[in-house]
Amino acid sequence: MNVNLKIWRQAGPDAPGKLVDYRVEDIDPSQSFLEMLDKLNETLVKKGQEPVAFESDCREGICGNCGLVINGIAHGSKGGCTTCEIRMRQYNDGDTITVEPFRAKAFPLIKDLVVNRSAFDRIMSKGGYVAVNAGSAQDANLQPIHKDKAEAAMDAAACIGCGACVAACPNASASLFVGAKISQFTWLPQGQVERGSRALKMVKQMDHEGFGDCSNHAECEAVCPKEISIANISRMRREFTKALFARS
Amino acid sequence: MSKKPTLDSKIPEGHISEKWSSHKFNMKLVNPANKRKHKVIVVGTGLAGGSAAASLGELGYQVQSFCIQDSPRRAHSVAAQGGINAAKNYQNDGDSVYRLFYDTVKGGDFRAREANVHRLAEVSTNIIDQCVAQGVPFAREYGGTLANRSFGGAQVSRTFYARGQTGQQLLLGAYGSLMRQVDEGNVEMFSRREMLDLVIVNGKARGIICRNLVTGEIEKYAADAVLLCTGGYSTVFYLSTNAVNCNPTAAWRCYKRGAAFANPCYTQIHPTCIPRFGETQSKLTLMSESLRNDGRVWVPKRKGDDRKPEDIPEAERDYYLETKYPAFGNLVPRDIASRNAKEVCDEGRGVGPTGYAVYLDFGDAIQRLGKDVISQRYGNLFAMYHEITGDDPYETPMMIYPAPHYTMGGLWVDYNLMTTIDGLFALGEANFSDHGANRLGASALMQGLADGYFVIPYTLGNYLATEKPEEVTTEAPEFDEVAKEVQEGIEKLMSIKGSTTADEIHRKLGNIMIDEVGMSRSEEGLKKALEEIPKIREQFFKDLCIPGDTKDYNKELEKAGRVMDFLDLGELMARDALERPESCGGHFRVESQDEEGEAKRDDENLCHVAAWWFQGEGNLPERLVEPLDYEYVKPSNRSYK
Ligand SMILES: Cc1cc2nc3c(=O)[nH]c(=O)nc-3n(C[C@H](O)[C@H](O)[C@H](O)COP(=O)(O)OP(=O)(O)OC[C@H]3O[C@@H](n4cnc5c(N)ncnc54)[C@H](O)[C@@H]3O)c2cc1C
Ligand code: SF4
Ligand code: FES
Repeated sequence: MNVNLKIWRQAGPDAPGKLVDYRVEDIDPSQSFLEMLDKLNETLVKKGQEPVAFESDCREGICGNCGLVINGIAHGSKGGCTTCEIRMRQYNDGDTITVEPFRAKAFPLIKDLVVNRSAFDRIMSKGGYVAVNAGSAQDANLQPIHKDKAEAAMDAAACIGCGACVAACPNASASLFVGAKISQFTWLPQGQVERGSRALKMVKQMDHEGFGDCSNHAECEAVCPKEISIANISRMRREFTKALFARS
Repeated sequence: MSKKPTLDSKIPEGHISEKWSSHKFNMKLVNPANKRKHKVIVVGTGLAGGSAAASLGELGYQVQSFCIQDSPRRAHSVAAQGGINAAKNYQNDGDSVYRLFYDTVKGGDFRAREANVHRLAEVSTNIIDQCVAQGVPFAREYGGTLANRSFGGAQVSRTFYARGQTGQQLLLGAYGSLMRQVDEGNVEMFSRREMLDLVIVNGKARGIICRNLVTGEIEKYAADAVLLCTGGYSTVFYLSTNAVNCNPTAAWRCYKRGAAFANPCYTQIHPTCIPRFGETQSKLTLMSESLRNDGRVWVPKRKGDDRKPEDIPEAERDYYLETKYPAFGNLVPRDIASRNAKEVCDEGRGVGPTGYAVYLDFGDAIQRLGKDVISQRYGNLFAMYHEITGDDPYETPMMIYPAPHYTMGGLWVDYNLMTTIDGLFALGEANFSDHGANRLGASALMQGLADGYFVIPYTLGNYLATEKPEEVTTEAPEFDEVAKEVQEGIEKLMSIKGSTTADEIHRKLGNIMIDEVGMSRSEEGLKKALEEIPKIREQFFKDLCIPGDTKDYNKELEKAGRVMDFLDLGELMARDALERPESCGGHFRVESQDEEGEAKRDDENLCHVAAWWFQGEGNLPERLVEPLDYEYVKPSNRSYK
């Protein structure tokens, strides 16, 4: 099969960018979307042209490295999967596909389709953990955890930090990402000591990074490859409010 | 040229079960107030590097942590699915530290160091405690206690797991601890950096040279010790289950500075991967090995039988693992499962469009347990398989084929995890230490975290307290020299201006590696590889093309540097395989098998570690030997029949 592409090209953060047309032919429908882009890049490189810069690593939907806006939707229209998990059999011969980066003020563009998501790391550094030094843990089975709660914690912990939620949100809010992390620890006995300060500090950092507020559009949930529920955002709000009151 | 290494393993005296505790007591400590004065570089943020950097930060060292990805949370460890072993014996099914030790030594086909393995088994229990305390949401029973499963052929249930995302959850635990130390100012994080060389001052590792992958700047970093936690080298095969950015460059450049590289030919080919479909693929997808708990492996009895699987009657199916290995059946260790799959396919009994696949059939299990149970156990995996191949495994058997997955070889380290270069340590998959010639399932995560949380905090302290490294900064002339060499190396690649891409060269190398240095190896094939690889290298240096600028985000330049090292390492793997004319673990030499086609070790001549010592560009490296003693687990034939 063959497809036509309109890809966002931008040489650097301050350079002007535009959509550029390409055509890729002879695609095997079993190929992944990124393998199709590899193919495009190989032809560009062989012509001495700069390949399209995009990121990926695991190519199986777990590292959170890949992330493209495909035909206007973060991680494409299929839903419940990352960009690297998309297979070409989903498209029809002759389709025109637009490919753009994850755009947000807090994700400054580096080149073409590559953006800087370090803001997520800085938010995590403010409490996305249980403060326990190596060596100071008790026996793991001393504290039973209800299976349902462990599962709920796992549901929230499944976030891969890809940033699609931010790219999809009209306000570029990071609430789903932050809400998922805060929620994970509300289900577990570990880390209760820091529960309040975690919510306060992570939310503060999120605001500081320039992410917008959540106004309940739920676009984030729709694109999240790990199907993280927006119930996590409500839980984050509750945690935050509770912590504010507890402090004052 | 550095001094010839002695390969002194520094195994402590005493009974195997007391070596680590007495060593811990005998090692010197760094006074708490002095820790702050020591700088430590940790390269890599996978389970090994993430846990090491976090733990050293907690102790008060000044840590600098580096990774290639945009965030430490994306290291390749994130992709591990199945689980992590620990000798907790929570199931009361006969497990113990000694049994885990025994299983690992035996599973490694008597090519691992006993003392290291025992330590690994000892600290395995602390790892689970640590991870649970971090809030890792491991699977649980209805009573709230931790759940376990049997994994990869183990006869006890000692594997802890978090759905199919164990690596992700463990990594997020380590990453969280790491980010906490970043926040506290003990760790400085440098992401999007690629270490391209090691700086040695007065015979000791004192720093690294990196390329900033966004600006292209060559950067210098100095410290009192360097920890390499940069993962394995399965991507030498081009197609593997590893993430596409995995590469051996950091380790390889250290090898060229004098760190001996041990057992490069020990690679693991994982039996349950989605078969290759064509030329344009960028990676192979692993299907968790846990599938073998309920799936039955078979091929048609008759060659070239191209009927649909459901049309092949029971009597005409060959459940070859069950017949050949009645005691273990479908749960034989990875190397055996892989080799047997290759054998039946080579005989012409493979299935699927390429003939290089075997069935993994859940039909019986679905009948016995019901679709719900199977879906609970493997729902995610079935969905993933369906998505990638377009086939529904509830309806038709899966097709699987082995793929390169893990590398047991790596930088040689002593009991303290120090390489043959003073002050350079290697942790996790980057070292060679604990798995011998074959790694057991769910033991890599365990080893990475053991090294990072519970071994290096002690052994690094001992090194610093003993050596008392003098003050060195990046102003030392050695830093400029090495940085200049790195810069020149990059210019050289850029100046070729040919018309072949780094990926094309890589694929070519990969084909030779999988054919001749893959699941089975022959003298003839290895010699052929040793002839072919230099030709590919010649093409690389003559016709490589890298568009763009060095002072920019430039993926092609990154790839080219790595492919250059893959070529060298591939050659060393072939050489190492040639010089080991026995079959052991993942290394199968066709010349060394018994009448039934089972692997035959040569304990008399080859019960040793082979560590290669670089002798300069264009010269053959020297093969050094560390003899292995088996005091506790007596070498026996690894029979799974
Ligand atoms: C698909 C898959 C599933 C697996 N499942 C399991 C399992 O269930 N159980 C199990 O025990 N094991 C499993 N393994 C094996 C296990 O995941 C790895 O062996 C282990 O995670 C390696 O950890 P590591 O910390 O040594 O290295 P990695 O996680 O590979 O980390 C390497 C780090 O080094 C950095 N790095 C590399 N080179 C450089 C450089 N030049 N400069 C700067 N940084 C650099 C990278 O950025 C990265 O941060 C699996 C492996 C695969 C491929
Ligand atoms: S919440 Fe979902 S979309 Fe957002 S970062 Fe996590 S996985 Fe990605
Ligand atoms: S490349 Fe890892 S999630 Fe897509």
